[in-house]
Amino acid sequence: MKIGLIAEVSLALLTARLKQTLIAAIGVTFSITMFIALLSFMAGLNDLLDNLILNRTPHVRLYNEILPSPVQPIERSGSYPGAYHFIRHVKPKSELPEIKNSAAIIQALKKDPRVLGFAPKTTLPIFYNVGSINLTGMINGIEVDAENRLFTFQDYVVGGQTNDLKNTPNSIILGIGAAKKMLVQRGDIIQVTTAEGVRFQLKVVGFFQSGIEEIDKVQSYTTLATSRKMLGKPAGYITDLQIKLKDIALAPKAAQEYHHLFGTEAIDIQTANAQFETGSSVRTLISYAVGITLLIVAGFGIYNILNMMIYEKMDSIAILKAMGFSGRDVNAIFITIALTIGLAGGALGLVLGLGLSALIGQIPFNTPSLPTVETYPINYNPNFYIIGAVFSIITTYLAGYLPSRKAGKIDPVDIIRGK
Amino acid sequence: MESKKVIEAKGISKSFYDPILVKVLNDVTFAIHAGEFVSIMGKSGCGKSTLLYILSTMDTQYEGELLLDGTRMKDKSDADLAHVRNEKIGFVFQFHYLLNEFDNLHNVMLPGLKLGKHSKKEIEQKAYEKLKILGIEKEALKYPNQLSGGQKQRVAIARALINDPLIIMGDEPTGNLDKANSDIVFNIFKELAEEYHQSLLIVTHDQDFAANTQRTIIMEDGKILNTKD
Repeated sequence: MKIGLIAEVSLALLTARLKQTLIAAIGVTFSITMFIALLSFMAGLNDLLDNLILNRTPHVRLYNEILPSPVQPIERSGSYPGAYHFIRHVKPKSELPEIKNSAAIIQALKKDPRVLGFAPKTTLPIFYNVGSINLTGMINGIEVDAENRLFTFQDYVVGGQTNDLKNTPNSIILGIGAAKKMLVQRGDIIQVTTAEGVRFQLKVVGFFQSGIEEIDKVQSYTTLATSRKMLGKPAGYITDLQIKLKDIALAPKAAQEYHHLFGTEAIDIQTANAQFETGSSVRTLISYAVGITLLIVAGFGIYNILNMMIYEKMDSIAILKAMGFSGRDVNAIFITIALTIGLAGGALGLVLGLGLSALIGQIPFNTPSLPTVETYPINYNPNFYIIGAVFSIITTYLAGYLPSRKAGKIDPVDIIRGK
Repeated sequence: MESKKVIEAKGISKSFYDPILVKVLNDVTFAIHAGEFVSIMGKSGCGKSTLLYILSTMDTQYEGELLLDGTRMKDKSDADLAHVRNEKIGFVFQFHYLLNEFDNLHNVMLPGLKLGKHSKKEIEQKAYEKLKILGIEKEALKYPNQLSGGQKQRVAIARALINDPLIIMGDEPTGNLDKANSDIVFNIFKELAEEYHQSLLIVTHDQDFAANTQRTIIMEDGKILNTKD
């Protein structure tokens, strides 16, 4: 009953100044719309940029690095306890960066419940022979199906199919940067030289475009079998094992475990790509800051309207108090007005925000570095809508708080006697 | 008078610092019994309005004792006093103070809705009755700005009556009205007092008005000069 009455009086006061109320509500609507659109767009962009790296990056990568012996012979001697050893003469052994006993490791990974999948790889440094000059390059021997499934390899292949790599013997998917320098087209034969000096002829079946120019100039892909042939290595030779986990958060722990278990180097995605997470979180922070600033500005609008309304409705407030509305009731009336403005404006803002983000999502966005993206990316995360709604209510409440308190404290005697 | 006292003032004083100490009310003591029609007269600035606002519980800065319906009003909270005003006091001011956002019927109903003792239907029924007593039931669904000054004041009186208050207080209720409308309003007050035994306390400086009430309290310089029956 009492709530109904307060709502009724609030509504009457609201409609009495419909124009100003609408302007205040539009302020909230505008800020919530921009807040939602900004965050959705920013998050979409973040996802896009992160995926550019994260999609193609294994959660854990096993590899071998050429390292000196961690224990030098002098340290094995007991004659000089506590001494500083500066004699370091045992240099790294000549060995290939092969993952030893890879068959057993693969068996173990297949049984590990945390592992979503893995893709073995060999990498070999090569030279592309272009006429009389050589360009340095890197060939990755891959298992095409596993790469497609785990690292969306197909998305980055332009002008060709990944299956051609599997089906054509001695074929290569050439980095687009390198291809441009070599003036080759699909179907051409190119010549490469391995680090050991072996020459090899490969047929170009497609081009690889990652969006990162430095990579595209260097990296090319063949099958595992072709790469082993070039190196003269038997089946089972691999230099990298790229593992994708079901939960990316487990990567650091898993990496440490594999390092001890398999005796290889193991690096997790968080360590390898720390800068991307930092970039994302800073961008998100900036969007939130802008969105909240907009809301605060809208809050000042509501504060102004309410203040004005209180001055205009001083008489009404006085008579309400004279006939038995307490200060708290009057306070509640004006808070209700503020919240109504906030709720109505906010709700409309959420809808318009969705509309605006959908509209941005339709704008064409073609960039050569991102072959799979055609429109601006939008992230329709429901959390943004929840945050927007909560913030619109909080700011309107705060904006309404001071004017409402003032209205509650108005002394009816001052007003009535002043007439 | 054998009936009970609805309002009793015991030695009420009030002073301001402006900038020297000014005593507005000085030891005012009197009582109003149920069904009495009392007017307070005096020159401007004699403290009659100040007294009325103290009696109405809206002004709480005073010394002395105020009893409404036998209950002490001092030390009550803002919310409690609001409830007392809502239930026991009906106000009529010089200005009508109707809310333009509501129609006349709703204006009359508002204090009843606030009290919440009856259902909305019953309150509406009662509001119609009160408007009928005042002869303006036809205007019930119009808005205050569509009425004449006299009609507005009658709606305001109906609003004061809605909760069947212990006492109606008026601060120059005819001050803004012409002679004809003043007479109408006065006759309404008189009818309320005689037929419905409504207690009334009206502040006025209209000699004719005061002369026709049952009792007139004459004030000067914050004191009761004398009382005429």
